[in-house]
Amino acid sequence: MTDLEPTSPASSSFPTSPDAPDAPDRRSPMSPALPSASEFASYAPAPESRSIVRIADEYGLWIGGDWSAAEGGATFTSIEPATGEALSLIAEASPADVDRAVVAARNAYDTTWRDLAPAVRGRYLFRIARLIQERSRELAVLESIDGGKPIRESRDVDVPLAAAHFFHYAGWADKLEWAMGAGANPRPLGVAAQIIPWNFPLLMAAWKLAPALACGNTVVLKPAETTPLTALVLAEIIAEAELPPGVVNIVTGGGATGAALSAHRGVDKVAFTGSTEVGRAIRRATAATGAKVTLELGGKSAHVIFEDAPLDQAVEGVVQGIWFNQGHVCCAGSRLLLQESIADEFLAKLRRRMELLRIGDPLDKNTDIGAINSQEQLDRIVELCAAGVDEGAEMVQSSCPLPDRGWFFPPTILTGVDTSSRVATEEIFGPVLSVMTFRTPDEAIAKANATPYGLAAGVWTENGARILWMSERLRAGVVWANTYNQFDPTSPFGGMRESGFGREGGRHGLGAYLDLDTAADDLVAGVAR
Amino acid sequence: MNEMGAPKTYKLYVGGNFVRSESGRVYPVESADGSTVRVAQASRKDLRDAVVKARGAQPGWAGSTAYLRGQILYRVAEMLDGRRDQFVAELENGGVDTYDAVSEVDDAVSAWIYWAGWTDKLAQVIGGVNPVAGPFLNVSTPEPTGVVGVIAPPSRPLAGLADLLAPVLCGGNTAVVLASEPAPFAPLTFAEVLATADVPPGVANVLVGRTAELAPWLADHHDVDAMEISGVDDPALAVDLTVRSADNLKRVARTDGARTPRTDGEFLEIKTVWHPARL
Repeated sequence: MTDLEPTSPASSSFPTSPDAPDAPDRRSPMSPALPSASEFASYAPAPESRSIVRIADEYGLWIGGDWSAAEGGATFTSIEPATGEALSLIAEASPADVDRAVVAARNAYDTTWRDLAPAVRGRYLFRIARLIQERSRELAVLESIDGGKPIRESRDVDVPLAAAHFFHYAGWADKLEWAMGAGANPRPLGVAAQIIPWNFPLLMAAWKLAPALACGNTVVLKPAETTPLTALVLAEIIAEAELPPGVVNIVTGGGATGAALSAHRGVDKVAFTGSTEVGRAIRRATAATGAKVTLELGGKSAHVIFEDAPLDQAVEGVVQGIWFNQGHVCCAGSRLLLQESIADEFLAKLRRRMELLRIGDPLDKNTDIGAINSQEQLDRIVELCAAGVDEGAEMVQSSCPLPDRGWFFPPTILTGVDTSSRVATEEIFGPVLSVMTFRTPDEAIAKANATPYGLAAGVWTENGARILWMSERLRAGVVWANTYNQFDPTSPFGGMRESGFGREGGRHGLGAYLDLDTAADDLVAGVAR
Repeated sequence: MNEMGAPKTYKLYVGGNFVRSESGRVYPVESADGSTVRVAQASRKDLRDAVVKARGAQPGWAGSTAYLRGQILYRVAEMLDGRRDQFVAELENGGVDTYDAVSEVDDAVSAWIYWAGWTDKLAQVIGGVNPVAGPFLNVSTPEPTGVVGVIAPPSRPLAGLADLLAPVLCGGNTAVVLASEPAPFAPLTFAEVLATADVPPGVANVLVGRTAELAPWLADHHDVDAMEISGVDDPALAVDLTVRSADNLKRVARTDGARTPRTDGEFLEIKTVWHPARL
């Protein structure tokens, strides 16, 4: 992770070149015991300046092209995870506010957006992409302040990818007849309710907004309770791009706001990224409204390392897989499956590598591991790790000192994990890696697939046939072979089984926002019945 | 003696076998000739058995080549067409007039042929290479969702079933079908077509009984991955099935059997594989 080389601003590029040498090996082979993290990390601080960011004392709801207070003036506080200090007061939307936003979105849909020439819709999205690029440094700093993620990640991954998503879908707006199964006259669905999580706040907003708008829908977006700030800057950007009022509405709030939005009768489409539990509730709530639903939910993704893998590269892949964004990643490679013959060697390398990770100020450009997003999340991580140890796992943690304020948790490896234990089956959503072993490829598949989730998987081997054999059998929407945690606007992302349904990204991502049923009727003369 | 004939016992089709309900239950169906026929009435246990068979058959069916699946689905059309007189009679027995019965058999044959032709084209039409901004090969391919519960429509018992079942099988899924409750003759005889068309045992299981009783159990079942509910007429039941399906996040589809790869897409999962392409 020390040699981050983004391949291009638009690419996913959290990390690594697959051929990057393992950091420890770059040192002299004669070097004695590795220095501890604190010695190794004795770098001068290199903090990114906060001065580029202006955080207002209070933020309202962005509805119909205007800011307004929530009904009754309800607010909640957004807190900086790295310090525990309050950042700003945020309006908390009530069901009546949600209703206002849905009405604004409906009006905009009926009066402007739906009938706008597709190429013009595209122009607006191109503008948004450019404005995000122009304000990228500000957005990156704000993202790290509000969410706790290392500035290196928000700067090199979140913000460039968000711009790239708008740019990609901007070009789709006038080419929708080439969307999968859309037919000659592709039509939008109407008003889309979009509820996004706190782990990639701006990027998830882009994943949701860009395809919805390109297809001609209008949107009510609800950012996560703990990370609303970049979405509110995005509202400014949308205003600056001169989108017609009401095309995008942003309502802040917690679970109750999200529930009111997803069950709203005026909504034609619900797109949700978050926990499987909430996803189930949304599915139930929308059964009667008839809204189309796509869900991107939890995961417990397996990362399988065969004995013939390039081990040093695989170590880097595992590091990115579980410690990218403090492990607050739905597709985190949180279950490491090691072939027995190389398990000890691999774990030794991984532990050494873990010791080199620097934990601390998210705004420091040297920081590898930032702050845990909230007290609630930290409590959950602590509780699950304790459960893992109770169930017989051995816990190794980085010795890197933690900052004395804010919410932090060290990179953690649990070995000797039983396949049925909680840390092998429940999503931890933190920097905690559960390690298990296997002997044969069949056993690897059986263990990898032994969860109700199916979001992502990783496999490392130099044997090409084995990669294809594994890729075919891993029950996951995304398989990273000899790499991990790569993202791109053209690449569909989404899960199987209880990780949800629908895809985001590329041509496949359009299907979620087009009225394909009607389009299919157009397409086909021989429709049954 | 010969003119006495040998009237058929209408049985369920589970795991490649024709079985009575384990419960011993039957339900009466009025035949067009005025007689009452006792038809095996599937129980919850029969339904679970069918899911087990469908799950067991799924990897093999998905793992067979698309070409072979196409050949087998086409064989279904052949077997069906070869017995068209029998199916016209079965449909008439179920209350359909002759003209409609003939056209329904035609429609069913046509649906099986249509989807037989899709098996080896879906991956090209639905999948593809994604031009990511980095040194990677990135490929998306469709995979079957798994075991699909199919609620066939009560009317058009043969063609309606074909419209919904053929696309499910086409993509490599296996199915548990709740066929027409009021007109079970044609669908249960159609199971004989499945049995003789080299559709592997368990790939398609055909049950009849009280649909309103059986369908919620199917939607509750955690080893069912998706539901095709186009055949559900009662809106309240459709909502109930969708709510129940949320428990293990089943995909719930209402395709009406539309002849577009989009219908198949409802029962396919897009898998995207990345690999570095740099030495």
